[in-house]
Amino acid sequence: MDDLRRSPLHDTHVQLGARMVPFAGWEMPVQYEGIIPENRAVRQKLGVFDISHMGQLFVSSDKTGVAADWLDSILTNNVAKLDVGQGQYTLLLNETGGVIDDLIVYRQSDTEYFLVVNASKVDEDVSWMQTKLPASGVSLTNRSDEFAGLAVQGPEAVTAFQAMFGKSQQLPERFCMSTITTDNGNVIICRTGYTGEDGFELFCPTAAGSHWWQQCIDAGATPAGLGARDSLRLEKCYPLNGNDLAPDRTPLEAGLAFAVDLHKPEFVGRETLVRQKTKGLHRRLVAIKQTEKSPPPRPGYSVLSGDQEVGTLSSGGVSPNLGCGISMAYITSGHNKIGTALDVEIRGKRFPAEVVRKPFI
Amino acid sequence: MNVPEGLKYTESHEWIRADEDNVVTVGITDYAQQEMTELVYVELPEVGQQFSAKDEIAVVESVKSASDIYAPVSGEVVEINDALADDSAIVNNSPFDDGWLFKLKLSNPSELEHLMKADAYTGKIS
Repeated sequence: MDDLRRSPLHDTHVQLGARMVPFAGWEMPVQYEGIIPENRAVRQKLGVFDISHMGQLFVSSDKTGVAADWLDSILTNNVAKLDVGQGQYTLLLNETGGVIDDLIVYRQSDTEYFLVVNASKVDEDVSWMQTKLPASGVSLTNRSDEFAGLAVQGPEAVTAFQAMFGKSQQLPERFCMSTITTDNGNVIICRTGYTGEDGFELFCPTAAGSHWWQQCIDAGATPAGLGARDSLRLEKCYPLNGNDLAPDRTPLEAGLAFAVDLHKPEFVGRETLVRQKTKGLHRRLVAIKQTEKSPPPRPGYSVLSGDQEVGTLSSGGVSPNLGCGISMAYITSGHNKIGTALDVEIRGKRFPAEVVRKPFI
Repeated sequence: MNVPEGLKYTESHEWIRADEDNVVTVGITDYAQQEMTELVYVELPEVGQQFSAKDEIAVVESVKSASDIYAPVSGEVVEINDALADDSAIVNNSPFDDGWLFKLKLSNPSELEHLMKADAYTGKIS
């Protein structure tokens, strides 16, 4: 793992006995005690994930509205609608409407926006955005190296927040952010996550990462790794870029229309989306559940309807909470309605499955 | 790491116990189950199937990955551990006893001589 970057919490993970794996160019913990108990800790109590690998970009303008207008020209959702402190899930598309990245954009002040992007896409996002940047008036800064990130997730998140920051501090509303000044630097708190549970994501100066990690542990959080994170997000059908999102898949095909504002007159990729909306979609990302005992469905496995291949799994695994195989796949129209019986082919054998409503739980 | 004496071992982390009448019991080692992490599925061969040494004979799957298990020796499957169908975590909890995978009737008993003893296997994983 020579060329991999290390989180500021690397030594902490190793001391905890974490199994470290390469992920998006980083060496990150995939699990500590085990994926299943870590998943349960998050669903039932509280877990903390190191998300220091994620990217933090800042976009600002001298004049109010200029940065927002530019972001609205390259992102699918509606940045102009954000009040200070609010955020929204959105997508960065290529010219043909395919997904470069999915991200959350927050309005930090009148003129400054804070973007949290996927680790594997930081460089690509920044390069792409730079090609779209106007000659003057808007600045884009990649400050990913300055932050450690923690995701504190689970039903006990509010209690933990109060234990960590005191009762005088208020946890932001869902999809909102705030900045708290502490003896350990300024901490950005975002009421977001990737698990489907209540919780917040905390971004602090790199050097303060270990301090805030320990604060989370002291507040009752169980260390949780990327394995649990993947199982939690899959149970909630949150797409993973690189698996469920790709440059040749659009947000409409991915079922992310809620994050696309086609009322905006222009944004990169819009034409393809308008055409798809008018003419219909050839395929959709659907949730698939195994209906009989089967090996775990995994990305790359074929999905069949009779003898016809109708898709390929983009994500899959065993749901720790349902105890059965769950997956997502782009399925050809005609075979992607809820209730459709399909087979997943695993090592040459077919195992019955069904298209089900999202999310799985 | 537990590496019981009296068993034979392979490079690919299977253990082999010689029983009576040229029958061997096969499982995966403590090291292998720890590396695999929590198992969620075990796919076993069918009784009566014939395998040559180093054939893919079974698959163990954790939440994250699937790993092939290889026949350590040539022979016919004479028994499989049915209990694993309902609870594959038995392999994690008891890799050398309750978590055995299958039994083979040896077609070439001399193949046992090519397998590692406990001390050699311990050297390999440490």
